[in-house]
Amino acid sequence: MVTVHSGSRAVPSALSPLPLDAWLLDLTAAAVSLPNTASPDLLGDGLARLELIALHFPKFNDGRAYSQARLLRGRMGYRGELRATGDVLRDQLPFMLRCGFDSFEKADPPFGEAVRAAATLFSVVYQPAEDNRVPAAELRRLATAGAMAAAAAVSLG
Amino acid sequence: MPDSYFYRYDAHDRALVAERVAQFRDQVARRLSGDLTEEQFKPLRLTNGLYLQLHAYMLRVAIPYGTLTSGQLRALAGIARRFDRGYGHFTTRQNLQFNWIRLEDAPDILEALAAVDMHAMQTSGNCIRNVTADHFAGAAGDEVEDPRIWAEIVRQWSTLHPEFSFLPRKFKIAVTGSPRDRAAVRVHDIGLRLHRDPAGAVGFEVIVGGGLGRTPMIGKTLRDFLPREDLLAYLEATLRVYNRYGRRDNLYKARIKILVHEIGAERMRGEVDAEFHALRGTALRLPDEVIDAIARQFAAPALAARPARSEDVERLRARDRAFARWLAANVTPHRVPGYAIVTAALKQLGAPPGDASATQMDAVADLADRHSSGEVRVSHEQNLILPWVPLDDLQALWRALDALGFADPVAGRIGDIVACPGLDYCALANARSIPLAQRLSLRFGDAARQQEIGELKVRISGCINACGHHHVGHIGILGVDRNGTELYQISLGGDPEAGSTAIGEILGPALTEERTIEAIEAMVDLYLATRVAGERFVDTYRRLGADPYKEKVYGHRA
Repeated sequence: MVTVHSGSRAVPSALSPLPLDAWLLDLTAAAVSLPNTASPDLLGDGLARLELIALHFPKFNDGRAYSQARLLRGRMGYRGELRATGDVLRDQLPFMLRCGFDSFEKADPPFGEAVRAAATLFSVVYQPAEDNRVPAAELRRLATAGAMAAAAAVSLG
Repeated sequence: MPDSYFYRYDAHDRALVAERVAQFRDQVARRLSGDLTEEQFKPLRLTNGLYLQLHAYMLRVAIPYGTLTSGQLRALAGIARRFDRGYGHFTTRQNLQFNWIRLEDAPDILEALAAVDMHAMQTSGNCIRNVTADHFAGAAGDEVEDPRIWAEIVRQWSTLHPEFSFLPRKFKIAVTGSPRDRAAVRVHDIGLRLHRDPAGAVGFEVIVGGGLGRTPMIGKTLRDFLPREDLLAYLEATLRVYNRYGRRDNLYKARIKILVHEIGAERMRGEVDAEFHALRGTALRLPDEVIDAIARQFAAPALAARPARSEDVERLRARDRAFARWLAANVTPHRVPGYAIVTAALKQLGAPPGDASATQMDAVADLADRHSSGEVRVSHEQNLILPWVPLDDLQALWRALDALGFADPVAGRIGDIVACPGLDYCALANARSIPLAQRLSLRFGDAARQQEIGELKVRISGCINACGHHHVGHIGILGVDRNGTELYQISLGGDPEAGSTAIGEILGPALTEERTIEAIEAMVDLYLATRVAGERFVDTYRRLGADPYKEKVYGHRA
C-alpha cells in the first residue's frame, strides 16, 4: 500500500494527480503529475490553480525532478504541495527537502520517522536552495558584520 | 588572528563533516544488517569515496585542490598503517586511495579523517567531484590569482548540493590561475581559467564539455570573461542545464561533453545563458567580503626575506652533477625571491607511480615542517610538492628526499610516468599499467639520458576510461585486451595545457608490452636524431607528423 508522508505540510492532499496529458485537457483540475522529462513551463497559467504537483523519480539515481522542483519553487513561485513519487528512498530525503518537496509517496509503512530525521540530519548547508536555510558563507558574513557593528558601537559609546 | 595560509575548517565545516560521518555509519550498519541492498547502498558508499574493487574495498580520500598540511599527511599515514597495508596511492586527481579497506572499518576511517578536517565526500558517484587546481598555486610566479580561493568556494558550494547529487554522470571541475595551465582545464567537464579583462578586473574563462575517457574532447569556451561575483550562478546554470538535458539512456554518452557535442556549443551557450540570467544576482551572487574572507585564508606564509641567490646551492650545482640534474628537473622558480618549489617524485624505480608508504608519508610531513612551512601539495602527475622551500635548504632537502627514494630527477621527464592502478587493482581495467610503467622507468632510468631527452610526458591508462590521462600524454599508452592478451596502443602528440591542448593520435595497431617498450625507445632515438634546437619530443612530432614514427615502429618488422 502506498502511503503519503508529509514533510513540512500538516496534511497531504487527498487529490489524485492527473497525468500531464489529461491535465492539459482539463486545466481546472487542481492536481497534476509531471513526468521528469517535461518542463515545468508546460503548466503555464494553470499553475496558479494547482494545489498538488507530483514529480517522479523512476529510479532514485535519476535526479531530473530535483531541478524541476527548484524551478517550480524558486523560479515560478509555486507554493502548493510538491510530492515526490516513485523510487523515494530515505537517503535522498535531505536533498528532496532542500529542493522544496514537502510530501513523499512510499510503499513501505515505516517512513514518517525517516522524513522527520532527514530534516535535521545536517545542521549546516553550503548553498541557497528552496528551504530558506542560510548557507554557511552567509552566516559567516553576518557574524563578521555583527562583530564589526558591535565593535563600532563600543568605540562610539 | 592566527597565521593561516591554507583553508582551515570552522565550526560549520566541522559540523557538516561530523554529521556526514554519522550518516554513513548508519548507512553501513543498515547495509551490514541487510536493510539496504547492495544496489541501494552502492551510490551511498560511492558518494563517500568507497569503491568495491577486485580484491577489497578501495577508499578514495578527497584532497581538495591537492593541498595538505603536514598534520593531515601524518593522519593519512596513520590510516594506512591502521586500516590498510601500510601505504597509499596518490591519484591523477590529487586524491589519495587506500586499496585494502574493510567495509566495517570505513566509518572509523572517515572519523579519523574528520579529526584532521578531511573527508571522502564526492570522490565518486554521479555528482560534482572533488575540485582540482594548479599544484603550484600561490607559489608560482606567473599566476593572476591563487586558484585555491576559487576551488574552495566551489568545494563548499558543491558539497551535498541538493539538486546536483544525482547527475547523469560524474562531473569534474578544475581551476587554474596561471597562463601556464597546470590543471588541464580544457579536458574537464568545466574548466575555469582566471585572467584579467582589459580594465584589470579578475574573472574567468569558462570552458565546458572537455574530458578524456572513451570519447576524448576538448572543452568549448562558453564565456570569455565571467565576472567573479557570478561564478556560482554560472556554475549552477550550467549544472542545471546538464541535469535536465544530459543523456541518461547510455552510460557512455552521459557526460556533459556529449550534450555539448550533440546540441553544439552555440545552443549550449544559449541554454546556459538563459538560466544564468534568471539566477544572476540571486543569493548565489558572491559578495566581495565572502570572496575576501576565503582569500585571506590563502595568504602566503610569513616568509623571511632571503637573498635571491644561494651561494651554497651554486657551489654544489657546479660540483655535483646529480644535484645539478635534480635542480634542473625537480626544482621550480618561486614567486618569492630566495625560495623554490620542490617536486618530490613519487616515481621510484620499480614502484607503482604515486605510491607512498606510511613511513615515507611521515617523512615527507617532517620535511614539510622543516623546509616548507608545514605544507605539501599533491600534483595530478602523482608527485608531492613542497611549495615554500628556502634556497639555502635545498641541499639538505635533496639529501633527505634521496634517502626516501623521492629525489630522482624525473619531473616532467620520461621517468615521470603517470599511470592508473590498472588491472593489478581495478575492476574496470583491460590491462596492467603499473608493470609497464615500471619497465619503462627502468629502461630509461639513467639520469643523464633523461636530462638529454628533456620534457616528455608519458601517460598510461589500463582501459578506455582513461584515468591515466593517456589522451593528453606526449606519448599516451592505452591498455587493451585482445582475446585474453594484454596489448598496448600508443598515441602521440597529446598535450594537457590550455594554450595548446591536444588529444593524441593513435600511431597504429596495439603492441605487446615488450614491443611497446622497444617502440618508445625507437621513437625517442628518432627524436634525438632529428630534433632542432629547443624542440621537445612533442614539438618534433608536431613538425614531422606521424609517418616517420610509424615507419620506425611498424616499418621494419622482421
